[in-house]
Amino acid sequence: MSDTQYAIELRGITKIFGEIIANDKVDLTVNNGEILALLGENGSGKTTLMNILSGIYHPDAGTIKINGKEVVINSPKDSFALKIGMIHQHFKLVEVMTAFENILLGTNNKLNRKKAAEEIKTLCDKFSLKIDLKKRVCNMSVSEKQTVEIVKVLYRGANILILDEPTAVLTPQETQNLFEILRAMKKDGKAVIIITHKLNEVLEISDRVMILRKGKSIDSIETAKANAKILTEAMVGQAIDLEIERPETEKEPHALDVRHLSVKGADGRMALKDVTFDISSGEILGVAGVAGSGQKELCETIAGLHKVEKGAILFKKENIVGKTPSEIIKAGISMSFIPEDRLGMGLVASMDITHNMLLKSYKNSKGIFLDRKEAKKLAEDLVEKLSIKTPNVSTPVRLLSGGNVQKVLIGREIESNPQLLITAYPERGLDINSSYTIYNLINKQKQNGSSVLFIGEDLDVLLELCDRILVLCHGEVMGVVNAREVTKEDLGFMMAGQKISDGGENNG
Amino acid sequence: MANFINFFYAAILSGTPLLFGTTGEILCEKAGGLNLGVEGMMWIGAFAGFYTAWKTESVFLAFLVAFASAALGALLYAFLTITLKTNQNVTGLTLTTFGIGISTVLGFAMTENAGGNPQISSEFMSKLAPIEIPFLSSIPYIGKMFLNYNPFVYIAIVIAIVIALIFKFSKTGLAIRAIGENPSAADAAGINVTLHKYLCTIIGGGICGIGGAYMSIITLNGTWQSGGGVVGGYGWIAVALVIFASWSSAKAIIGSFIFGAFTCLQYYIGQFSFLPAFIREMPVSIYQMLPFLLTTIVLIISSVNSKKISSEPHSLGLNYFREDR
Repeated sequence: MSDTQYAIELRGITKIFGEIIANDKVDLTVNNGEILALLGENGSGKTTLMNILSGIYHPDAGTIKINGKEVVINSPKDSFALKIGMIHQHFKLVEVMTAFENILLGTNNKLNRKKAAEEIKTLCDKFSLKIDLKKRVCNMSVSEKQTVEIVKVLYRGANILILDEPTAVLTPQETQNLFEILRAMKKDGKAVIIITHKLNEVLEISDRVMILRKGKSIDSIETAKANAKILTEAMVGQAIDLEIERPETEKEPHALDVRHLSVKGADGRMALKDVTFDISSGEILGVAGVAGSGQKELCETIAGLHKVEKGAILFKKENIVGKTPSEIIKAGISMSFIPEDRLGMGLVASMDITHNMLLKSYKNSKGIFLDRKEAKKLAEDLVEKLSIKTPNVSTPVRLLSGGNVQKVLIGREIESNPQLLITAYPERGLDINSSYTIYNLINKQKQNGSSVLFIGEDLDVLLELCDRILVLCHGEVMGVVNAREVTKEDLGFMMAGQKISDGGENNG
Repeated sequence: MANFINFFYAAILSGTPLLFGTTGEILCEKAGGLNLGVEGMMWIGAFAGFYTAWKTESVFLAFLVAFASAALGALLYAFLTITLKTNQNVTGLTLTTFGIGISTVLGFAMTENAGGNPQISSEFMSKLAPIEIPFLSSIPYIGKMFLNYNPFVYIAIVIAIVIALIFKFSKTGLAIRAIGENPSAADAAGINVTLHKYLCTIIGGGICGIGGAYMSIITLNGTWQSGGGVVGGYGWIAVALVIFASWSSAKAIIGSFIFGAFTCLQYYIGQFSFLPAFIREMPVSIYQMLPFLLTTIVLIISSVNSKKISSEPHSLGLNYFREDR
């Protein structure tokens, strides 16, 4: 590293939300022409730190230097003026507007459409970005939306780019494409900060890794000298086993049989087309697919929340199409869907952990009064077992960090010992430690003889955890493959719409 | 034919205050603020405008004061919902109650003061007479139907068109639309969300106020009817008209005049001899109910119809808090 000026230099940054210290005297530096990976467990303050740089949050203490000059960033506008561009985890795009309108939004250029379009085109050529300016954002795939976000910050002349979990929603091929773009930016002398949970990506793309733990900056390691084990230990603060278990179990085929299922989505288009698959008891069936390929509808339909156009769902040889959600729950099916905004389904944000436990069990108690004791005990058990970070069980769920909210939800669902557990993105945005806790919980369900429908986004996890993997693309089944044999590349091609013919039927 | 032309003329006149109210509310809602205080702001404008007209005899001052006082009411709403993040529905309803209340009370005081229903001078009223355009206004039918109105009819249409153009073509319009759709995206793009929301709410409220003054001064012909319904629910119709016009002030022009036609149908239905007798002779209260019935139907249809690209601003009615987690 040289002694020249840093592109960004943060010293002693502190940010406090109520009782929670999100950033505690954090130091961070990035050079021009360098890709820095920011690594840390959930709730370690990565996103908060980046939001401070982009002017969304205001630090309670500390100094920020950009190119050696001390600055104060009070708003996103200040941040743009300093040529900092942030690509948020949840895209900040106006859905009903076109890509072009989104890119121009808030810029100081007069609405000279022709000139602006030319400038954008030059930019896109330089970094080989592909974009359709006239397309509305709501009609775009996730990867296209991300491209719009990237063009948006580049068009504002950003020299420092911050990407918050950019690969979470991309296929492997799209991820490689993104990395090419990032390398082109690096070559152009831009400073890039990337936040991600995926260690293999950190090792692949970054020059240096900066590790945060519990809001404090722990270490900065050069990627060339690091490996997955070193990084994990620095992040978690203790040695950890990176293998995901895949226990062998006794399987009873056709615990759940889905036959020719077709379902309409909220927009009136077919969200699932003629979907057929089955799960054995004691089996984990993974579902892979780009976000929005029908995963949500699949979960909701089995849980009885969605109208079926055609087809049957046989649970233990009994058709459950047309039954109410509470009848389906009684039959032993349980769903935990972690939506992108995490709180959307299953938990009530302003209620505390105890009351969220009650939501599922209040019907079973006798009399007209609530029995809080049992729910409180359950809540306390979960907090301890899953090491949920919370001041106490009467803290409203919305004040917990994302990962901890997820633990509450999935913990509650598993606690009812369902015979079929449907879980979507349970590890979404979770740190390694918590993810492994969740995988272990799911494996335990499997060993107990339950069936698990596991909808995931990290292909590495799907490949290691599941017995078979079903790939969805635009609501159609591209094939069901054996997770022990299939490669990541094949999954990627299937996710992009290539069908395979064999392997669809279970041997039973 | 003459009956129909008179009806058409009356429809435009009664639609004009609706157009002011609708345009004002569209401006506010485009920036994400669901201000249910339209009725209240129109009442404030009605009283303030009338009182100024009565005291000063200046048309300009009367409507300026109407604009400013209603804008002040909107400022209160803006401060509560944008800065203090109170619930928009409750705050809007409160503004309506407050506006009706204070204007009624001050109206009584004014009547007491005047010793009878206050009456604006005929000299003042003559300035608001229909504008006679030489030759054009005397073209048979067309002249009366399109070219013979008081100046505020034209002002209402011009304001509605200007606002539609702003949203379509200007940078500011793009920024406001973005705020109404997704304030955090607008914020991240460097747009001053708070400032734009304040301006839209205040200016929108002021435009509603002009609509109120139009009713107290022009519709009621310069006489303050103490205890009477000066605005009489037009503000509520305007709120529904925003949906009917799918948040476009250009479409609101047509919508306002259609609703205007329904509000004055009661006076003309008896004259339409081509209609069967039982329709003509239905009780007047049924026709008085019509605009509100239509309002209800619009609201029901709009709640059933859910398209992917809806014209409703996505974050309408939601308060924006930047550091929300």
